[in-house]
Amino acid sequence: MDFLWLIPALPLTGFLVLALTAQRLSRPIVSLVGVGSVGGSAVMVAWAAVDFLRRMPGETSYTKKLWTWMDVGGLHLDMAFYIDTLTLVMMLVITGVGFFIHLYSTGYMAEDKDYARFFACMNLFVAAMLILVMAENLPLLYLGWEGVGLCSYLLIGFWYTDKANGYAARKAFVVTRVGDTAMAVGLFLLYNQLGTLQIQDTMSRAATVWPQGSATATLAALLLLGGAVGKSAQLPLQTWLPDAMAGPTPVSALIHAATMVTAGVYLIARTHVLFMLSPLAMTVTAVIGAATLLMAGFSALVQHDIKRVLAYSTISQLGYMFLALGVGAWSAAVFHLVTHAFFKALLFLCAGAVIHALGGEQDMFRMGGLKDRLPLTFWAFLTGASSLAALPLITAGFYSKDMIIWEAYASPLGGMGFWLVAMIGALVTSLYTFRMMWLTFAGPVKTPVHHPPGLSMTVPLVVLAVLSLLAGFMETPRTLGGIHAFSSLLHSCLPETVLDHGREAHEMLFEIIAAVTALGGIAWAWVLYRPKDGSTAESPASRLPKSLQRFWLGGWGFDGLYDRLFVRPYLALAHFDKNDVIDRVFSAIAQLGRSGHRVLSLTQNGQLRSYIWGIGLGAAAVVFMVVYL
Amino acid sequence: MLTIPTSHGLLLAGIIFILGLVCVLVRRNIIFILLGLEIMFNAAGLAFVVAGAKWGQPDGQIMFLFILTTAAAEVSIGLALVFGMVHHLHTLDIDQADGMKG
Repeated sequence: MDFLWLIPALPLTGFLVLALTAQRLSRPIVSLVGVGSVGGSAVMVAWAAVDFLRRMPGETSYTKKLWTWMDVGGLHLDMAFYIDTLTLVMMLVITGVGFFIHLYSTGYMAEDKDYARFFACMNLFVAAMLILVMAENLPLLYLGWEGVGLCSYLLIGFWYTDKANGYAARKAFVVTRVGDTAMAVGLFLLYNQLGTLQIQDTMSRAATVWPQGSATATLAALLLLGGAVGKSAQLPLQTWLPDAMAGPTPVSALIHAATMVTAGVYLIARTHVLFMLSPLAMTVTAVIGAATLLMAGFSALVQHDIKRVLAYSTISQLGYMFLALGVGAWSAAVFHLVTHAFFKALLFLCAGAVIHALGGEQDMFRMGGLKDRLPLTFWAFLTGASSLAALPLITAGFYSKDMIIWEAYASPLGGMGFWLVAMIGALVTSLYTFRMMWLTFAGPVKTPVHHPPGLSMTVPLVVLAVLSLLAGFMETPRTLGGIHAFSSLLHSCLPETVLDHGREAHEMLFEIIAAVTALGGIAWAWVLYRPKDGSTAESPASRLPKSLQRFWLGGWGFDGLYDRLFVRPYLALAHFDKNDVIDRVFSAIAQLGRSGHRVLSLTQNGQLRSYIWGIGLGAAAVVFMVVYL
Repeated sequence: MLTIPTSHGLLLAGIIFILGLVCVLVRRNIIFILLGLEIMFNAAGLAFVVAGAKWGQPDGQIMFLFILTTAAAEVSIGLALVFGMVHHLHTLDIDQADGMKG
């Protein structure tokens, strides 16, 4: 597997080519470079995966050192890639889903004047994301981590002429930076305590140096969790993701649904040894996940903008993954990450097709009746929505979410409380998903269709729709065939979830409850949101008190809270310090020099005789000093 | 031979020097300033000669020869400056030539 370095190098080359030729290439060549580099990378990932699986189970990991990155004092870092099954799964998702989203973008962005810039940023993103997951040491991971953050910034603000997009991009950058700082401090702490940053060494040393429940381990785990929370838009740093929808829709699909936001989940899974040392950190992770999934779910219920519904839904689904991580259901979290990448990317791409077809309309209340106008998009969206709502038996979302919900109850770290939250979340999920479904596709036509999606846009939809259905059969519960292909693959790098034996007997019952909840949610959505004959589908959520709706629409008032807590005090401080108090000291020194200059220049009056006076008096003074002092 | 005490010679040199300096300081006419400078040169030369006589060395008189040469060079440059000044400023008043100020 010596070609491993080519996998991130190809998209990086694509980025360099597109960025350096500065939009001078013709569009077909840009498409070829942009899509081809990711496609080539995907082919190589598949090849590497086959090669790797052939060597299993003899070799469970593979490290490839390229060169020494830095060697300072006791710190030795290599530019090296580390591959195990978790990495492979992430790489397959990034390049596979990434390839189809790139392909889709050739249709979606076809009329944009900054076509090459778009693909340059997208390629750079894929390269950075691959470095993130393939990194052998934490600083290299951090490099990828910041790289994807940068690309997220560039792509959210892609249409930079609109000021609001620039603000959204800046907000995303600043808010995630809060988490990144915590993560950096966590890395310093790990190095300080363990003397290495190589991921596998760090983990094995942590397990030997720190006892179970040690305070240092808890602190390190919580700091890393801070980074994950920022990147994955969990409470309390979730506010950036809904605004990140300002970017083009393929960006939302790739970065803000399928890959970058799952980096937090990947980080925690990668450092699971550290988290398992600290029950407190695990509980905090689970509680954050549970709180986020409920909060975001209710917010999604009242949004008007189709992309914001999907954004809140992404936050909510990431909450499920954090809940799974928190209860030690590692494989379930990664499994949901994969299926979520498929169906959420699909939903975003469908939403993009709808927005594209309607000429930029994003308000669901001005959509409707698209079932017959965009049949293929409708069926694809229906598949994605069913998967998101966990329609039993046939969708991938059912298997992955059910696994999380079940293990949230059956794991010794979980319990009835987490299960209940997850079930309420599941109900809300199917409710908002099918609200979106019916508002968009059913009822009377409100906006005419301008551009039906072309082939480059429909092919990715079909592929992702098939994946959203079939991916679930990699892993089915014991009661439904008991296929464990996915988790047994991951068990070479992630520990198996220990289930509480007393609870295991009820698995069938809990699955039926979960299935009924999902179906019940869909049925309830039908009752509430189905297009009433003649009338437009007026938001039946208006039965909720108006104030509550507004509260949820604004994402539980977090923006206002942060505005009051941080932004305004900071602005007030900046306003107070407009003339820079500290600078006064330095400008005083400059002022002193300048006035000294003015006084001394008075003596340069051009009068020769006064100079002679000066010389004479000076000489006299020197003589006086030499003789008498 | 009548010997003059060294202190007398030096005192005379000092008095001539001060006279020259005062001339340079108080006169505004550039020609008088040049004259004052000549007097100061000669005072310094006198001090050298007196000192040479005191130590019985010829160095003092040699220095005086140097000073004479320097004074001659100085006067030629000085007179050139006087011509330039008259040509440009139409005056000999040194206080009028104050163009170079900070």
